[in-house]
Amino acid sequence: MADSAASTGPPAYVFDAIRTPRGRGKQSGALYEVKPVDLVVGLLRELQNRNTSLDPEGIEDVVLGCVTPVGDQGADIAKVCAVAAGLPYTTAGVQLNRFCASGLEAVNQAAQRIRSGWEDLIVAGGVESMSRVPMASDGGAWAMDPMTAFATDFVPQGISADLIATMHGWDRAACDAFATESQARAAKAAADGRFARSMLPVTDRNGLVVLDHDELVRPDTTVESLAALKPSFATIGEHGGFDSVALEKYHWIERIDHMHHAGNSSGVVDGAALVLVGSEAAGARHGLTPRARVLATALSGAEPTIMLTGPAPASRKALARAGLDVADIDLFEMNEAFAAVVKRFMRDLSVPRDITNVNGGAIAMGHPLGATGAMLLGTLIDELDRRDQRYGLVTMCVGGGMGIATVVERLA
Amino acid sequence: MSTRTQADEAEAVRFDRDSAGIVTLVLDDPTQGANTMNAAYVASMRRAVDRLEAERDEVRGVVVTSAKQTFFAGGDLATMMLATPDDAAEVFATIEEVKRQLRALETLGRPVVAAMGGSALGGGYEIALACHHRIAVADGRSEFGLPEVSLGLLPGGGGVTRTVRMFGLQEALTNVLLRGPRMRPDRALAAGLVDELVDSVDDLVPAGRAWVLAHADADDGDDSASTQPWDRPGYRIPGGAPSSPKLAQLLPAFASHLRQQTKGAPYTAPRAIMAAAVEGAQVDVDTALRIESRYLTSLLIRQQFKDMAKALFFDVRHINAGGSRPDGPAPWRASKVAVVGAGMMGAGIACSTARAGMPVMLADVDAAAAERGTARCLDLLDKAVGRGRMSPAERDDVLASIHPTSHSSDLEGCDLLIEAVFEDLDLKHRVYRDLEPILAADALLASNTSTLPITALAKGVQRRDDFIGLHFFSPVDKMPLVEIIVGEQTSDAALARAYDFVLAIRKTPIVVNDSRGFFTSRVFGTLLMEAVGMVREGCNPVSIERATTRAGFPAPPLAMLDEVSLTLVQHIDTAAAQEPGHERPPGMDIVDRMVGDFDRRGKAAGAGFYAYPEDGQKWLWPGLWDELGCARDGDSPVPFTDMQERLTFVMTLETVRCLDEGVLRSVPDANVGSILGIGFPPLRGGALQHVNGYAGGPAGFVARAGELAAAYGDRFAPPASLVTLAEAHQTYR
Repeated sequence: MADSAASTGPPAYVFDAIRTPRGRGKQSGALYEVKPVDLVVGLLRELQNRNTSLDPEGIEDVVLGCVTPVGDQGADIAKVCAVAAGLPYTTAGVQLNRFCASGLEAVNQAAQRIRSGWEDLIVAGGVESMSRVPMASDGGAWAMDPMTAFATDFVPQGISADLIATMHGWDRAACDAFATESQARAAKAAADGRFARSMLPVTDRNGLVVLDHDELVRPDTTVESLAALKPSFATIGEHGGFDSVALEKYHWIERIDHMHHAGNSSGVVDGAALVLVGSEAAGARHGLTPRARVLATALSGAEPTIMLTGPAPASRKALARAGLDVADIDLFEMNEAFAAVVKRFMRDLSVPRDITNVNGGAIAMGHPLGATGAMLLGTLIDELDRRDQRYGLVTMCVGGGMGIATVVERLA
Repeated sequence: MSTRTQADEAEAVRFDRDSAGIVTLVLDDPTQGANTMNAAYVASMRRAVDRLEAERDEVRGVVVTSAKQTFFAGGDLATMMLATPDDAAEVFATIEEVKRQLRALETLGRPVVAAMGGSALGGGYEIALACHHRIAVADGRSEFGLPEVSLGLLPGGGGVTRTVRMFGLQEALTNVLLRGPRMRPDRALAAGLVDELVDSVDDLVPAGRAWVLAHADADDGDDSASTQPWDRPGYRIPGGAPSSPKLAQLLPAFASHLRQQTKGAPYTAPRAIMAAAVEGAQVDVDTALRIESRYLTSLLIRQQFKDMAKALFFDVRHINAGGSRPDGPAPWRASKVAVVGAGMMGAGIACSTARAGMPVMLADVDAAAAERGTARCLDLLDKAVGRGRMSPAERDDVLASIHPTSHSSDLEGCDLLIEAVFEDLDLKHRVYRDLEPILAADALLASNTSTLPITALAKGVQRRDDFIGLHFFSPVDKMPLVEIIVGEQTSDAALARAYDFVLAIRKTPIVVNDSRGFFTSRVFGTLLMEAVGMVREGCNPVSIERATTRAGFPAPPLAMLDEVSLTLVQHIDTAAAQEPGHERPPGMDIVDRMVGDFDRRGKAAGAGFYAYPEDGQKWLWPGLWDELGCARDGDSPVPFTDMQERLTFVMTLETVRCLDEGVLRSVPDANVGSILGIGFPPLRGGALQHVNGYAGGPAGFVARAGELAAAYGDRFAPPASLVTLAEAHQTYR
């Protein structure tokens, strides 16, 4: 029952998906010394090294998600990287910001442009150095301007996550259990080498390795070890007034239980990712074997105060466009912004835990804001390959209440 | 020789330049007893500023002072009340002109000093803010500040912009703008609202001149005395502008913190103040002033300001001027007051009385009880000292004028009795019988009863025309209202004396005719019963409580019910049931079940609608869901907005009935009494102003009441008098 208009354009294929390892997003992190430009240029070079038949003249655009495009990440980092990487002058570059969804948005836009028939080959992905350009460095009226905050009932995401957990009666232990599982899966996946195909080490100008693994993963995490962490949002909720704002709207809830903390929320990290998206003709021209086909993309949203429940409506919309049901999907990647958010998604769509984030998620490995969506897509396609399975869905919750989803069909 | 002509005499702002080149601007509105920013002021100040600019070379400095008892009373509220959204352009232009003049004064390039005799609040204080130096008199009484927020406005004469630049964003908002405190001279000096204090009014202008002379024509080229800090090169807002990293961290919580403080009630003025302050801090001072003007305009032309000003300014002023006091009787002051019953209420009443300078005999059945009463008084006074409201010496003086006693003979000659014993008719009658012969022969005899009819109580005294109700509210030190209840035989003279007494102890009187529940208890009861009625209908109690605070009530009703106790509510309903035509409120079923089935009697008994754990906050009792079957989650059978409107409408409609029945004598009494006594949302201007200010005015209110009646019951049907008022396009004045 796919949308008839959507089926008329040429299919969009994913030919390759690569990423850097994720470094701790602090001064102590391994990638703190690496400029965001270099993270991307390194990947652009690697993309060409492993696809030797790819003629860069065919790359029409570099689309990069980057959520804090100031300082090191300012001035349309995508075009800057394209030039710095030695791509042809005719290769354009554009930076976009859809908050946490930016990396997936970049891929979605690339796929949509391929399907329009007007473009053939686009490199899409994202970059974020949270250690060098901290989150919220770019300001913005949503949080900073009182009238805008009043009009939009702004609350920080962590309050939304705690609200969701309270609404559904998920307690601290339940959220910490989810987080522990994410850590265990990520550690196992790394140990099994499941990321080896697509995760490329970051090296310095002398070829020395700066980072070759996801720095944040803590395999020894237990519910007990997480119990010691203090809830991160209790103070701003109770004393900063954000609980009060949320409960004006969710008036039937007596009090918000604060249970999210650094250990059951997405980690702050540095990283970059690229996905090569193109038409069948481009694939043929450049000797590229398509790995997956983008079946559908969708955007939706949730009320901005609860904010993080957008994935379900976006996923339903994308599935409808793809002509598929939830039951058809073999694997889900739902960004682990907060434990309660993934639990809510699984509940909304009736999706089992054993096919959701099977190789762990952002709680264990971190969420480099502008890049994550592209990373999740690459992880998904790799795992569909490994399992010889067919359909996968990537979805993410997003600031402002947005939801985004992409459905892919892995090609054998 | 001064250059002042005959024409100048009629100016609201007189201009007088002396031979030393010092110009004194004297604020002296020829048509009023106090200065306000009326048309005469605006025109006159324009001329004064124009002349200062023209004669600038001959001017060494300016002293701004007033010929009135106060410096300047502020904006012209009566005119502002008439502004509608169609007047936006004119309102904005007027505000901008007022500010242009003050800005011209501020940037004249000569030192300008405000020499303030008496209070300078609101617009009046904003004139002083445009000066480079502010001098006041250390008289312990005068007040300084920007209280516009309390009337639903903002200090749009430059007050937001300038205080932000003086103190920084956070400090200006927290200490001056959002709460609008009125500061006495010492506190104003400490807070930086005033720069210098002199001992007497006569010292003001000389001090101003001295300051000008000390700072005029500074030889070292330092022009700082004639330039505000924000007009000097290199100026930075204290604490940082919104873009500074430190403030950027704190900014996101500004809006949410404000909403938490107001519990979600839709007060527009504090939000506009915060927005004007933050947005103004992002730009230069002149742009900031204009942004501020636009925000003030947006408040001024809308209904919330009109509603708040009606009750909190005009109605309060009407009452303080004796609106409901009979005209004939001469002013009266009690010389020796007897307060009988030294419990919480009696002690509070005694304390308020003594603080107003009247000696008090605080009596109870035995010495220990009386001593406990004075101990309570001491606690209250210590609190006041702690808050900087009085000195320890003043506290001692007040305490010394409160005399605990258990001997009736000590009450000999008291000319005011306030009885505050248990709510028991026989007990009260005994007190009156014992004391009436001992008190002064014409003593005013008052009872603090909250439920017993005054006429019935009066039967216990001989001089029934001197018997009256003085219903105080708990806690007495904080609650400004006193409900004066006139019995069938109470004379006008007695009412006048009671009125004078209430004003003397700096409280606000409303006058009510005797009936069950009077005005406040009766209407408060409708709020509580409506809330419990919604519990009976199965609404989620969390939503009910939150609907109340969202609507602007200061406290949630189920919590208040616990405070007054469910057993008292039962007791009151039982008594009311004796009247013919009494309709038992549906919510009583729930109250009876709570007490009868679950033994939950209220906060004092340790359990009510709430559970009161020893460690920590109270929670709503889970039995409300498990036993009474209330909705969980957001599935209440009543929409959230209906919950809010049911609460305000039920109180307003009962208030209309009180007016119809003659229980209430005036609209101001209704508005002020409902706000100050029983927590009616101030942002609606009181129970009757709610009708005027409702969307669509009285006709809209009547239509909505009809809808609520159809959905929820006949008690919402608008009374005939209200329907008539709406049809005649009238309002409650």
